Amino acid sequence: MNLDIAVMQVFSGISLFTILVLMSLGLAIIFGLMGVINMAHGELMALGAYVTYLTAYIFGKFMPSLMGVYLFFAIAFSFLVTFAFGWILERGFIRFLYNRPLDTMLATWGLSLVLQQTYRSVFGAQEVSVPMTSWLEGAWEPVTGIQLPLNRLFIVGLTIIVATLLYLALYKTRWGLKTRAVTQNRPMSGAAGINTDRVDAATFAVGSGLAGIAGSVFTMVGSTNPLTGQLYIVDSFIVVVFGGVQTLLGTFLSALVISQTQTTLEYILSGSMAKVTILLLVVAVLYFRPNGLFSSKIRQ
Amino acid sequence: MSTAILSVRNLTVSFDGFRAVDDLNLVVQRDELRCVIGPNGAGKTTLLDMVCGKTKPTRGSIVFKNLELNRMGEYEITRAGVGRKFQNPSVYEDLAVLENLEISYPEQRGVIGSLFFRRTAELRARIEDVAHQVYLADYLDIKAGLLSHGQKQWLEIGMLLMQEPELMLLDEPVAGMSPREREQTAELLKRIAPGRCVMVIEHDMAFVKMIAHKVTVLHQGRLLAEGSMDEIQKDERVIDVYLGH
Amino acid sequence: MLRLGNKFGILSIIALAVLLLVVLPNVLDPFRLNLVSKYLVFAVVGVGIVLVWGYAGILSLGQGIFFGLGGYLMAMFLKLEASAPELPDFMIWSSTETLPWWWEPYHSLTFTALSILIVPSVLAFVLSYAIFRKRVSGVYFAIITLALALTMTVLLVGQQGYTGGANGITDFRTLAGMSIISEEGKRVLYFVQVLFLFAVMGIATAIVRSRVGKILIAIRDREDRVRFSGYDTALFKAFVFTVGALFASIGGALYSVQVGLITPTLVGAVASIELVIYVAVGGRMSIIGAVYGALLVGWSKSIISENFPTVWLFFIGGLFIVITMFLPFGLAGLFARFSGKPGNNVVKARAGEGVRSATGSVAAADGKGSAG
Repeated sequence: MNLDIAVMQVFSGISLFTILVLMSLGLAIIFGLMGVINMAHGELMALGAYVTYLTAYIFGKFMPSLMGVYLFFAIAFSFLVTFAFGWILERGFIRFLYNRPLDTMLATWGLSLVLQQTYRSVFGAQEVSVPMTSWLEGAWEPVTGIQLPLNRLFIVGLTIIVATLLYLALYKTRWGLKTRAVTQNRPMSGAAGINTDRVDAATFAVGSGLAGIAGSVFTMVGSTNPLTGQLYIVDSFIVVVFGGVQTLLGTFLSALVISQTQTTLEYILSGSMAKVTILLLVVAVLYFRPNGLFSSKIRQ
Repeated sequence: MSTAILSVRNLTVSFDGFRAVDDLNLVVQRDELRCVIGPNGAGKTTLLDMVCGKTKPTRGSIVFKNLELNRMGEYEITRAGVGRKFQNPSVYEDLAVLENLEISYPEQRGVIGSLFFRRTAELRARIEDVAHQVYLADYLDIKAGLLSHGQKQWLEIGMLLMQEPELMLLDEPVAGMSPREREQTAELLKRIAPGRCVMVIEHDMAFVKMIAHKVTVLHQGRLLAEGSMDEIQKDERVIDVYLGH
Repeated sequence: MLRLGNKFGILSIIALAVLLLVVLPNVLDPFRLNLVSKYLVFAVVGVGIVLVWGYAGILSLGQGIFFGLGGYLMAMFLKLEASAPELPDFMIWSSTETLPWWWEPYHSLTFTALSILIVPSVLAFVLSYAIFRKRVSGVYFAIITLALALTMTVLLVGQQGYTGGANGITDFRTLAGMSIISEEGKRVLYFVQVLFLFAVMGIATAIVRSRVGKILIAIRDREDRVRFSGYDTALFKAFVFTVGALFASIGGALYSVQVGLITPTLVGAVASIELVIYVAVGGRMSIIGAVYGALLVGWSKSIISENFPTVWLFFIGGLFIVITMFLPFGLAGLFARFSGKPGNNVVKARAGEGVRSATGSVAAADGKGSAG
């Protein structure tokens, strides 16, 4: 295998990586900071994808001249819609289940079924896709022989920006500080005047918004149907569990490891065996490091 | 030294660089009721955590009757004869007092044994006896979750008694109790100390005075002073650090 | 309902027996009786889930693994019997030349029966004990079971030559000579299934009423404390998980015989999680509840799928949400409340989850088995 193909091979795993990163960051925030596993996270991603589709449709119908920039609006709308939806979800539903993470899993699984059927009823069971943005077609050839598709580069760039913003928000802003305070010591935070309810809702909403962006990204590499959410959800769980929920960096690295391993294995083995190998590897790693690969020893 | 039940040597544990317990040496004899006191964060609970196996030390040794506890798992340490009562009452809330005590009975603790476990008249008598000792004789059929805070503490001590441990580790047994309950607890502890070794963490000095044979003062993970309650109360270092009142 | 030995318990068993052995076989037409047979299969699995989830607090989202194991192992026997002396049809279609060596022993019913009991149990025990010893439980464990169910589905679908692929193994005709597709045969099977159900219920009840049952509840609520009472909690959890796997496997085998086919769909995440809803509806701590839950949900599924197919996902999704939010102890819990029994949920917010630690963080409930 020569260098060109190797580089392109690595790059083709990029789209999986970016979607996985966005999804698992969202999941990690919600699980790591709140201890809640949202099995409907995938459907939030699908929501983002559908919102993107709708935006493209509306722009196409009413403002065709602006089609070149619909993407930016779509990403923004996807985030906003899923953010809002996440907020409502948390306030109206999730917060009643805080002491019971297992029951939360079941309840959110139920939610995911409801959402899947809703998408099917509203958008139909068949796939929908968005038109490719003209200025993202084609590839960049930094060196002859290595072609990096522009839309993939865009996705990578977007993911890096989002991840950086998230990191800054969590560690450099007052909101981030409050969030981390609440997750570490809820009663004290409440006593110190932090509106813990608000923080919970905001955290869940941000996590959901990330899924929405992931959905937007997804539309650039695939078509959407009601079951789209199911495509990445288990992988996202694996990434979160594998990487541990101590740090966002851990989640990031975990997504990298898993997506690269997966695409490489798929190249070598058949598709199904690749998946099996990954899953067994993860279980094996968890056996030796139950807190995740990138976690450090915490005081119990 | 030959009647020493617990011997702690150079015990150290650090969490991410913070030394909760630092090079601690401690010896407790049979029939002794030792109280461990110290300001918050002195390492008292961590010490107990290490003895009962909840936390693994970074360095040092904990020897209980010739067994190195350092390398054993919690349930193994328990089976070896160490009983621990936790800071927050840790009882089985959904089970009745009787069942709580029964579970603590130190026989047939494997799966097969438990499947075929029969509640004999003898066992019932023993449960009733222990319940009586911890002032819960009338509460046998009550769900543990419904007991008062102080009663839960007693139940936990009762559960330990069922196990017949040679070393009992009690973490703040009278926290949240009324004065009368404290007296009763002091009585209880004095009654059960003979024949075993009891180590108590407490903040209530009056209570400590009622029960302690010997007192160990910890500060910042290290041994600050050791002696009878009188000696400790007069010790300058201790007064400086702790016994402001 | 912990106490099945009291008057109320005995009455409900008798009522169930009458319902299943007398009422239904005489009231329902063969088609519907077959449907009930199918629900009873899920009831068998459900009883195991009551032990694992209701009593020990372990949520397994991968019971489909063991259901599938039992189902496929039985399918191998049935298929060999149906295709003899030739190769099973799917092997011929996949150009598999000869019967794989590990299919050979499944000509024997005894071997098949033994492997249905032993293979899933050993697998379940080894896996779960190793994982529980590492103090992995709760949410992490649930996700692992989910991942493993997915793995198994992928394997089954991918190895078409050996497993029938996505279509599974189908077209069974007889079980040791007796027809399983004739009306008569199916009727006999129905009663055999009821027998297995009661056998499984009996075992579960015995476990629950023994000291093990109490220890499981104690483990569910405060695992660390139980360790400090001198118990190897990982062993107990592995034990109950294995029992659950065993029941699921038996259920799977019954399914193959009853329905006449086995597919990878029954192994995957969706099916595995659906198995939990039967128990959630009936009452996660009620062995009898699991049976009624399976009957009710199964019956609803049939009606809805026949008449309003698009409503099904809304229905079951909604069920999950409603039950977990408002009826965590299912119908059995509702029943207990109305009949004035104190029930098992005296202490609030303790639907089998473990305790929030004193600082209010969820560390204790995220599945790490940490101390209270």
